[in-house]
Amino acid sequence: MSLLGEDIVTEEGEFVVNIGPQHPSTHGVLHLKVWLDGETIKKIQPHLGYIHRSIEKMSESLSYRNFIYATSRMDYLSAHINNQACALCVEKGLQIEATPRAQVIRILFGELTRLQSHLLWWGCTGLDLGAVTPFFYAFREREAIMDIFEETCGARLTQNYCVPGGVMADIHPNFQNRVKSTLKQIKSKFDEYDELLSGNVIFEMRTKGVGYLSPEDAISFGCTGATARGSGVSCDIRKWFPYDGYEKVAFKEILGQGGDCYARYMVRMAEMKESVYIIEQLIDNIPEGDFQAKTKMVLKLPKGEFYQRVETARGELGVYIVSDGAASPYRIKYRSPNFSNLSALETMAKGSKIGDLVAIMSTIDLVIPDVDR
Amino acid sequence: MTNEEIKQSVTALFPGVAYDETGEFLNILINSTELRPLIKALRSNKEFSFDYLFCLTCIDWKTHLTMVYHLLSKTHRHNIVVKAKIADVNNPEIETVCDIWKTANFHEREVFDLFGVKFLHHPDMRRILLDENWDGYPLRKNYVDENMIKI
Repeated sequence: MSLLGEDIVTEEGEFVVNIGPQHPSTHGVLHLKVWLDGETIKKIQPHLGYIHRSIEKMSESLSYRNFIYATSRMDYLSAHINNQACALCVEKGLQIEATPRAQVIRILFGELTRLQSHLLWWGCTGLDLGAVTPFFYAFREREAIMDIFEETCGARLTQNYCVPGGVMADIHPNFQNRVKSTLKQIKSKFDEYDELLSGNVIFEMRTKGVGYLSPEDAISFGCTGATARGSGVSCDIRKWFPYDGYEKVAFKEILGQGGDCYARYMVRMAEMKESVYIIEQLIDNIPEGDFQAKTKMVLKLPKGEFYQRVETARGELGVYIVSDGAASPYRIKYRSPNFSNLSALETMAKGSKIGDLVAIMSTIDLVIPDVDR
Repeated sequence: MTNEEIKQSVTALFPGVAYDETGEFLNILINSTELRPLIKALRSNKEFSFDYLFCLTCIDWKTHLTMVYHLLSKTHRHNIVVKAKIADVNNPEIETVCDIWKTANFHEREVFDLFGVKFLHHPDMRRILLDENWDGYPLRKNYVDENMIKI
């Protein structure tokens, strides 16, 4: 049954519209088939797999050092946190820990990643809802963070900085100063962001009461990240199952109220401030010492199963390694946050107008390569 | 609840099940035919209330397949793993759980797509990532792709 061969009007008089895979508001190659009654959404069917690379199959023939780099290409906006999840899972299997210095560097990079990811999301949300200016404002600050990444590890987007036992290289001598000046710049802009978009009447009308997700549905659909926290569901892995020393850092888990697009928006805006707060605590307290623990040349995990979850910018990423004692994983599964978040889209959008679909999609903050893997 | 308490309560309800405690989580090992009653009890009993299915996947052990369900309770903050063995490799079947956790809908379709496990009573059993006309199930260990070049 080809998509083009179908009737565009069903027997009940519903109109079938294909959105994507090449549509700017889907932020990637997502294809949604939408059944409409007038302008009201009756049913949504996501068609996935346009960018499926079978990273799980590929990893089965890669070594425990190499498979980590494939994960940068999943959720490319949280590339560092994906790498961190894999490194932590391998460390769990080897029963080693990253050095104290490496742990703090990982958190710092992780929070900078979250910050740049949320900044990009903020710009794109504005763009999706018809405001072009936020995009330029967000990129101004995001560029400064990308430059910090580039200075230390040479890459801007897919950092590949984490290795089992620590990080690949020490931070650049200029790292601390640069982070501090960038934070100062970003902090002074938060009010500007709120003025520009959060308090905007048109923006509020397009997001308040739109795309409601109940807390029960959020848990049942396995939603995580700001998508679930907008509905008031506590799910921050940094609080629930701390890793890499997050238990020593003071920060709040942001919970929203209302479960609509505006609540999800406000959660992410507040999360940016929390990330800045975490970085401020740690930037002057990076312990001295090695940036990498000593590991063997060829890593072999003992027979067994290892599960590690982390909080990416979009929610809970789970890495599940099944080892048979060889030098590459027997089976690896990535429980990606976007895949589960996307499955709740139909529930959120049913009964809304088709124009609201764009607002709903942009506040779920989808990254399609993470859905398809 | 601690693992030991969960074990006792589960054994009281289902005397026959086996356990595996070598890993990080407590594993309950069952056969694919015994899945539904156990899963229903784990979800609805107040003392368990596993309301969040955070990972659903399958492992191909060549001689058999294993369905793996990772569960977490948001109220009690305890984890558990249910492993269901599917003995029939050529025609694997298991009951769906997507009426209990809605997230299972997509994840079961993914397992069907990549492993070929058929979920009985699933409302929408189609491939999710690959093309509808795709031959075979890529994550199975015996999968051969003629176009694959070995370097």
